[in-house]
Amino acid sequence: MYTEKVMDHFQNPRNVGEIENASGTGTVGNAKCGDIMRIYLDIDENQVIQDVKFKTFGCGAAVATSSMATEMVKGKTVQEAMEVTNKAVMEALDGLPPVKVHCSLLAEEAIHAALWDYAQKNGITIEGLEKPKSDISEHDEDEEY
Amino acid sequence: MSQVIYLDNAATTRTRPEVADAMMPYFTEYYGNPSSVYEFSAPCKQAIAHSRETIAKSLGAKANEIYFTAGGTESDNWAIKAAAEAYQAKGKHIITSKIEHHAVLHTCQYLEKRGFEVTYLDVDENGIVKVDELKKAVRQDTILISIMFANNEIGTIEPIKEIGEIAREHGILFHTDAVQAYCHVPINVDEYHIDMLSASAHKLNGPKGIGFLYIRTGLKLRSFVHGGAQERKRRGGTENVPGIVGLGKAVELAMDTMEERAEKERELRDYLIGRVTTEVPFVRLNGHRTCRLSNNANFAFQFIEGESMLIMLDMNGICGSSGSACTSGSLDPSHVLLAIGLPHEIAHGSLRLTLSEENTREEMDYVVEKIKEIVDRLRSMSPLYEDFMKNNQA
Repeated sequence: MYTEKVMDHFQNPRNVGEIENASGTGTVGNAKCGDIMRIYLDIDENQVIQDVKFKTFGCGAAVATSSMATEMVKGKTVQEAMEVTNKAVMEALDGLPPVKVHCSLLAEEAIHAALWDYAQKNGITIEGLEKPKSDISEHDEDEEY
Repeated sequence: MSQVIYLDNAATTRTRPEVADAMMPYFTEYYGNPSSVYEFSAPCKQAIAHSRETIAKSLGAKANEIYFTAGGTESDNWAIKAAAEAYQAKGKHIITSKIEHHAVLHTCQYLEKRGFEVTYLDVDENGIVKVDELKKAVRQDTILISIMFANNEIGTIEPIKEIGEIAREHGILFHTDAVQAYCHVPINVDEYHIDMLSASAHKLNGPKGIGFLYIRTGLKLRSFVHGGAQERKRRGGTENVPGIVGLGKAVELAMDTMEERAEKERELRDYLIGRVTTEVPFVRLNGHRTCRLSNNANFAFQFIEGESMLIMLDMNGICGSSGSACTSGSLDPSHVLLAIGLPHEIAHGSLRLTLSEENTREEMDYVVEKIKEIVDRLRSMSPLYEDFMKNNQA
């Protein structure tokens, strides 16, 4: 059901943990739909993401996308981190099953939420960054037969 | 351990070698069409009659009340749709429960769109249908009560006799989906006042793709699958002879060993439940502690999600199942776990392990150790656990 890359990131997730006094943290998703992601960013004075950690409550895809997203933003400037979209995360994982696409959206949203927190704390604007939505869960469509 | 530890017997079971052996000649040797007139097909007819007898005997029913189908889902569809059609002149109200299998729930929803009214009864925190509510739900125009014998997720066994008596008192048809219970607990259709009963072979060490519907004599149920004159004109299509033979053999073996099998499973299951609930913190057992199928254990582990647990168990060679949303393809966790009152986030962390008599205590020990490791690992990654621990330190 999952690609090798997804399984690798699920079995050996990168950057699991917390950062004390993080420059920015973001938590998205809700327990109702079964996925919660929290991202911690440590950003230096040059707006470079020095360290990133995550914690995720969710399925295999949720853990793998969190792990991959943290890998992809590490070492990048906050502006560059904005380019880590859900599509980019999915591609880096060699794809996700259709029902799991929302997990990659959650990863993008978690990064944005942490960046937003950082921007708010420091009074800066990051181009293209919008206030995170509190709940980005998709509504499943019932098919009629 | 290099071998797979199979703990998903509520999903399906291993076909017993004796069952497979019994079936084989009906593929290669006695392959005649049972409807044909020539002598060559006679053994097929006899084999079907023999299976029908065996099944009827197991339920205290008559052979001509047993109709072979492709399995539990077809039986449920047939029973409910045909009863609704046949008795709609009397009324269009059906009573069922919130914890039925989708084969019943989705069939009821289908009928709702066609002018029927359905009451979905609540269950208590253990998953037992509220009989008081059932009594109150009965109306003049109620034509059918459909309540499962035992739940497929949490294993709770329903008060079928009481429900059957209520149905009988009010002259309402009573159907039970006994897919999980048949050949695992004793069932007598007269004692329990059951008018229709669905069962499936592959839940009792028989083959997949074969089941039956028991229909009490006198019920005016029409054919569901139209075609030839098979099954006394009530279910068209050439009989699945090897399947029917396999089902019959599986029933014979299961009925012979029911008590000792249940005892063995129960002992092993209770050992598993005992260890998990004492050695893992923040866990609960879902379903009734004692009124439950002998092989069912269903846990909810707080702060973690079921699919992650299943993948990790799978990496350790353990097959289980979960009511988490991620395993169902929707975002909602199991309707059964929600119906017993679990909050969403706890329902997402459910794990169902269903044993067979082939499992061993050593396997249970291995499984408990792996569960402990996996739960620890996933909690260390869980923001919910992090928040809980911080709040509790404060």
